[in-house]
Amino acid sequence: MKRRPFLITALATTFLTVPAFAADVPDGVTLAEEQTFTYRDIDEFSSLDPQVVEDRPGSDIARDLFEGLYNQDAEGNTVPGVALSHEASDDGLTYTFTLRDNAKWSDGTPVTAGDFVYAWQRAVDPELASPYAWYMELMSIQNGAAIIAGDMGPDALGVSATDDTTLVVKLSQPLPYFSKMVTHATTFPAPKWVIEEHGSQWTRPQNMVSNGAYVLTEHVPKERAVRSRNEMYWDNENTVLDKVTTLVIGDDAQGLTRWRAGEVDKTDIPAGQYPALAEEFPDEAFALPELCNYYFNFNLASGPEAFQDARVRQALALAVDREVIVDRVLQGGQFPAFSFTPAATAGFETPDVDMAGMTQAERDAKAKELLAEAGYGEGGEPLSFTYLYNTNEAHQQVAIVASQMWKQKLGVDVTLENQEWKVFLETRGAQNYDMARGAWCGDYNEASTFLDLLTTASGYNDAKFSNARVDELMAEAKSSKDPQPLYTEVEQILAAEMPVIPIYHYSTNMMLSESIQGWPVNNVEQNWYAKDLYRVAD
Amino acid sequence: MLNYTLRRLLMVIPTLLILVIFAFYLMRLAPGGPFTSERPLPPAVMANVLERYGMDEPLHVQLWTYIKNIICCFDFGPSFAQKDRTVNDVITQGFPVTLTYGFWSAVFVLALGVPLGIIAALRHNGFWDYTMTGLAIFSQIFPNFVLAPLLVLLFTLSWGLLPGGGWNGGQWQYIVMPAIALGTSYMASVARLTRGSMLEVLGSPYIRTARAKGLPERTIILRHALKPALLPTLTYMGPVFVYMITGSVFVDVFFSTGGIGQDFIDGAYSRDYSILLGLAILYAVLTFALTLAVDLLYAWIDPKVRAGLS
Repeated sequence: MKRRPFLITALATTFLTVPAFAADVPDGVTLAEEQTFTYRDIDEFSSLDPQVVEDRPGSDIARDLFEGLYNQDAEGNTVPGVALSHEASDDGLTYTFTLRDNAKWSDGTPVTAGDFVYAWQRAVDPELASPYAWYMELMSIQNGAAIIAGDMGPDALGVSATDDTTLVVKLSQPLPYFSKMVTHATTFPAPKWVIEEHGSQWTRPQNMVSNGAYVLTEHVPKERAVRSRNEMYWDNENTVLDKVTTLVIGDDAQGLTRWRAGEVDKTDIPAGQYPALAEEFPDEAFALPELCNYYFNFNLASGPEAFQDARVRQALALAVDREVIVDRVLQGGQFPAFSFTPAATAGFETPDVDMAGMTQAERDAKAKELLAEAGYGEGGEPLSFTYLYNTNEAHQQVAIVASQMWKQKLGVDVTLENQEWKVFLETRGAQNYDMARGAWCGDYNEASTFLDLLTTASGYNDAKFSNARVDELMAEAKSSKDPQPLYTEVEQILAAEMPVIPIYHYSTNMMLSESIQGWPVNNVEQNWYAKDLYRVAD
Repeated sequence: MLNYTLRRLLMVIPTLLILVIFAFYLMRLAPGGPFTSERPLPPAVMANVLERYGMDEPLHVQLWTYIKNIICCFDFGPSFAQKDRTVNDVITQGFPVTLTYGFWSAVFVLALGVPLGIIAALRHNGFWDYTMTGLAIFSQIFPNFVLAPLLVLLFTLSWGLLPGGGWNGGQWQYIVMPAIALGTSYMASVARLTRGSMLEVLGSPYIRTARAKGLPERTIILRHALKPALLPTLTYMGPVFVYMITGSVFVDVFFSTGGIGQDFIDGAYSRDYSILLGLAILYAVLTFALTLAVDLLYAWIDPKVRAGLS
């Protein structure tokens, strides 16, 4: 089998500028004496077990406590973690990772390829029953799905250790973005001996052994989690921050108050306050693009008859003035959306769709025309439907504004209905709605994480959209060397068919103290590593 | 008296059982479950997760297992949302927090409310009475979600005296604001209750007799009037104290104390059935214990009640 170096050139440049994957403190910067960083999280994390964790607060901490095969740099590119490099076989089905030999667990045990094998098997093991087992399925690791279904033992997973520093992964289908997926917490190694000794208690500070730049030193659930330097970490020398504290603060406004009081260095900005804060603290208020979209689902399976007509869907999509929603209602630096995939997605070029190039007046005129053509609205059959969203002030505002626009421009009557989150999910999942709010955040930085959602087989396709050409293109993209043209075509089909109305692409709003430097503002996944941050003297 | 106490204690068991059964089924009626998420789990993954938490069994079997585990091993099950922790963990960590600030809040309520009420009653229709009544009404109409941000604005942002939230092991600086925010409106009620009953007692014949006998005013108030005047306050404080030590959802969330009040709301949103049941049981047990304690205190204070019990 001919092997070709895949990442080698990319990595060579990275290695030359060591320490590009540690805190990169420019010359002449005076570091603060106390290297601490305290930030606010809205919720207690779900777990710190890398194979179990399923939320952002937990993943943020897990990335500090554990190190996977690869990390991400400030731009979101993959850089060496425990693995130095990898090679992919020509058929794209076998990946061989070469691991560094100086990586250690916090108890001094060397990190080996076997620790990854154990962790990955654990992730799909029905006995652990990790809700995130689906991520391993998404990675297309051989036999993953069969193990989850209980048809095979975890040993059958397509991952093996040739020796302590060589990890071989076998895939069931080629996946061009596979190497990007190994920065995710689910793929982090796990210390078998600790888990076997302490069972489910292994993530307690007194028991936990981890291989990342930090170790967990204190955890008061729903109040704080503290991590300190892992002296055993291979790059500990280039780590600057000594102590990182997560404070759970459930109330947005209170988070901001405590940021103002200097109790936290980073907090989220309460809805609608970004413009004022950006003016008051121009260097500390951030609105960064985020890999998430916000859209309206048409119920194409059992919704109103009118929704079966693409012209009606088009008309409703055209009449929504996204600028008003983004600039006047939300005011958080969000981006008006005319494509399903956010423009910030790596390698994705927003395709030219007619709607994006029009002025709102042109869109409105076109909307009226299309709706009349379809025989609805003024002069035609009256159109009315219910819009369902989950209870939340911002969603409510968007709903009110959109329904007003439809009413004024097209004479469409929309009834607004809100439901508590889990009730909403059940209702939407069972297609008991006419039109419903939808949102999606990418699992990895590639367009398929969004576009797969609108394939017929997707379990998250709440609109129940089904288009043979889209399915075909997305299947082809999985093994294509250059899937971008395929994604462009999918977006063009979506723009014509309009099974969902893209409204905006998210932004992350945060207040970050000026003294904290090294934040990866250009990483659209907002995956940050405390080892890359540092505190400058005031 | 002992008989009475035992009888009351025995009644706890069937009541708790009814409560558990009722709460168990009621929760399951709500749409959605602990594993309903924006990203629906693939069926095989969902099956594994449900099996792990015993949720693949019929409801009555789940209920039976739950009750059995409590009786045999005092095990209230794992939390569904906080996957590294059990309900026992959550309660043993969060309850001491709310108990601590709830206790200090109750101290604040009584230490301020009772004297204010007495002073107002003694200076009936005078300046102090009006001031106190005004203050009490003011605090009562001042909900804690207005009071708490105001406290933070003053003590944290303006004067920099107290931290804006957190718990930090329960240092006193972290207790002050939650205790005041939680207690203020109760303090007002206690003051009004004490004032009212004090006025009533002061007007009763035996106080007139005491005065006629020439007893010093101090003795009359403290020895003869105070105890009976406190009865309504005591009745009031029983359930209020339970409420205080089990944490106010608002205070816990706003001040990020890490107390169990927050678990009530999070548990409801995330359908963390076992947490909700565990907390319901805790709440019920505390309510029983404290109402019993109040009844016994009644007996101790009021000879009439004591006679009735035995």
